[in-house]
Amino acid sequence: MDFKIYSSPHLPVTDNVPVMMQRVLIAMVPGTVCAAWVFGPGILVNVLLASITAIAAEAGMLYLRNKPVVTTLFDGSALLTGVLLGAALPPLTPWWIPVTGCLFAIVVAKQLYGGIGYNPFNPAMAGFVVLIISFPFELTLWSAPHQSLGLLDTLRLMFMNTLPDGMTLDALTMATPMDNIKTHLGLNETITEIRGTGLFGNFGGSGWEAINLWFLLGGLWLLKTRVIQWQIPVSMLGAMSCMALVFYLSNPDTYTSPVFQLFSGATMLGAFFIATDPVSASTTPRGRIIYGAGIGMLTYLIRTWGGFPEGIAFAVLLMNMAAPTIDYYTQPRVFGQGGD
Amino acid sequence: MDQGSNIYVTPEVDTDRFGHLHRFHGGLVLAGHHELSMVLPISNAGIPPLLVLPLQQHIGETAECLVKPGDHVYKGQLLARARGNVSAPVHASSSGTVVAVEDRPYPHPSGIDNPAIVIETDGRDEAADSGNPMIAYHQMDRSRLLERIRQSGIVGLGGAGFPTEVKLGSSTYHAIDLLVINGVECEPYISCDNLLMQERAGEILEGVRILQHILQPRDCVIAVEDHMPAAEAAMRAAVSATTDSRIEVIRVPAIYPTGGERQLIRVVTGREVPSQGLPADIGIICQNVGTAAAVYRAVIQNRPLISRIVTVTGTGVVQPRNMEVLLGTSFAFAIDACGGYTNDVDRLLMGGPMMGFAVHTDSVPVIKTSNCILAVTRTEMPPPPPALPCIRCGKCTSVCPADLLPQQLYWYARSGNLDAAQDYHLFDCIECGCCAYVCPSHIPLVQYYRHAKEEVWVQEKQKKAADIARRRHAARLERLERIQRERAARHTRKKETLAAAGNDREDPKKAAIQAALERVRRKKELADIAPQNVEGLTPEQERKIREVDARRQKQSSPGEADN
Repeated sequence: MDFKIYSSPHLPVTDNVPVMMQRVLIAMVPGTVCAAWVFGPGILVNVLLASITAIAAEAGMLYLRNKPVVTTLFDGSALLTGVLLGAALPPLTPWWIPVTGCLFAIVVAKQLYGGIGYNPFNPAMAGFVVLIISFPFELTLWSAPHQSLGLLDTLRLMFMNTLPDGMTLDALTMATPMDNIKTHLGLNETITEIRGTGLFGNFGGSGWEAINLWFLLGGLWLLKTRVIQWQIPVSMLGAMSCMALVFYLSNPDTYTSPVFQLFSGATMLGAFFIATDPVSASTTPRGRIIYGAGIGMLTYLIRTWGGFPEGIAFAVLLMNMAAPTIDYYTQPRVFGQGGD
Repeated sequence: MDQGSNIYVTPEVDTDRFGHLHRFHGGLVLAGHHELSMVLPISNAGIPPLLVLPLQQHIGETAECLVKPGDHVYKGQLLARARGNVSAPVHASSSGTVVAVEDRPYPHPSGIDNPAIVIETDGRDEAADSGNPMIAYHQMDRSRLLERIRQSGIVGLGGAGFPTEVKLGSSTYHAIDLLVINGVECEPYISCDNLLMQERAGEILEGVRILQHILQPRDCVIAVEDHMPAAEAAMRAAVSATTDSRIEVIRVPAIYPTGGERQLIRVVTGREVPSQGLPADIGIICQNVGTAAAVYRAVIQNRPLISRIVTVTGTGVVQPRNMEVLLGTSFAFAIDACGGYTNDVDRLLMGGPMMGFAVHTDSVPVIKTSNCILAVTRTEMPPPPPALPCIRCGKCTSVCPADLLPQQLYWYARSGNLDAAQDYHLFDCIECGCCAYVCPSHIPLVQYYRHAKEEVWVQEKQKKAADIARRRHAARLERLERIQRERAARHTRKKETLAAAGNDREDPKKAAIQAALERVRRKKELADIAPQNVEGLTPEQERKIREVDARRQKQSSPGEADN
């Protein structure tokens, strides 16, 4: 009797990329829903627009590159890029912002480098950085927490740039706590004085602390289901806290506390969902610790002294560049080679 | 570690030595499926009508065939002798007639045929005249025992098939502290070692004692897995029956691939075998329980290795079980002895589901390394889904027992960058398959590594050949140059001599000496000319002669005449 030949190992596979991506998407839900609850339906519109753009761009590029369109789309990575980028954008931004960002992310940052597995930079963050450099104004259109427009008004603003009668964009939008602190510190105000403006919540930025908590929860679930490993989030949050602590202790009036840093801006989203993107991150166990710590430190540096209120996107791209070198110098000691 | 009542400690043994177990990096906890084949005791598969005995059933040189078609052979008769240092002989598994010596299907990942001796059995199972059993082995020299083991064709029965005598012989150069007897089933489904320990603990232990006599190790550890309580109990009972305090039974956790020699040594001792070295380099020798039993049979019963215990299992077999199978029996015969295939059988493997390989036909024979015949259905092991690009998730790194970076190795193996792959320690890969098992992109990683290794070997061979050619070419050039050089040297020497001669003529002193010598020579010549017909001359004639002589003298040397 004759048989077919297969390569070892023969046991059925246990894991697959689509399931991993699905889990990341599921873990994104609580934080994203919370963001929509705080900042209004514009967040969800962004996520939707970005996702549709990402999938369309991916399909188009795969078709042009003569790659299998359907099976690759089902790996879910394009959708994830869309959701990540959409969730990072302000809720009152015009419709073409998520579309442009996502087009760049998928077409240039991902597919032109060879598609999933070959992109040296995190596509979502590459798209975000292009947007924040090219359209800084549109990226400031955050609404005040819990004072957003309804769905219809949001859509009208995003797509037709019209506001309800008697409303101005200035009145509607509000700088994020991070941005605000930077502006006020520039005016020589102390943190205590800035705290009086109501931008702060219990421990982080108002509204942002809840969002960060939910993203943290999703991230912990990813750790538990072993979709991601602990090294990058732990080292990133650890390094950020250490930096913040040192400066906070040196002068609490000019520097925000570590807790504020951890629960403001996109910290948790960055730590668990962005920095952990395996393709562009370091892959050795020790390398991941260095990589995460690098992102944590760079984020703090950019937030505190840089020209932009949020630094995660830049920090991630910078460490993406360093990842191959980190990997090279952090190879594990091979079994039976020295030591005992 | 289990601190049961059967651990014996004597003062000279370091009590802490095996006090706790160690871990190796990575590894997998896999579903065992061992129970499938453990319902029935070990049975005898019987004598098949045809035995196909490949000449290569071990690591090393192919054995040299000693029989020809038409020869009648007896059970246990030597059919092919070991050739070279690392090799093993082949014996007839039963009596019958040699019908062919030709290439036959062979259980190997490559699927290519291999030369084999084909015997038509006569069913009489007549044994050849056997030599003397070495019952008093403990009074014998180790070299005699080693020779017996070599003559018996014993190789590592755990699956690697390295000639046992060669492995034991390395104790000549290294003092052996520890003998590890490997009762850890390497993979899921396989249960042959487990049942062997349950049913033949005495044989194993006697084999262990022979090995102890050969190696003289300080300690001996018999390692069993934590899912084999019956085997552990049997081994402990056998050990306590020997009252040898140097033998200890240790229970190790079932983490794949603990059955690997290097991993097991790490678990038991905490030490690592050097990456390009052997266990003997750190004073350890590891032998499979089946090998120990085979040593017992060879030494005490004088029976060469002609059969082994094979686990025939999987959902593709009607009645999975363990059988004592004659070497050379076809897989098909063994499967038939287990009730045949189920209807939906899809693939047939030799070895376990992690490191075993698929065979394309069941006409391949059971050989010395066939620990398991695994027939599985599509539902049990569906065909692998198509591979997706690597997303560098690093799951492979976290399970690799050799501490490699499989994703980097894959990257370089795929792009054909063999130098980089070797920089990332390609040859430390043990091909255990852990990385491919957890890969979410379903990349057949092991296949890539195997391929890269083969490429490197091919390149090295070519490089060696090129090196030889280059050396030859260089030697030829050198030789031609030397001839040229010598010729030139001869020329110059000649020229110099000539030139020296020219110089002589110009030297007045030398010329004077030369002239003087010439004169002496001429004088001597004249003096040597003796006058003829001078007898009976008249005085008148004699006077005339004298006058002529005087005149001649005067003419030839006027100078002298003047003096």
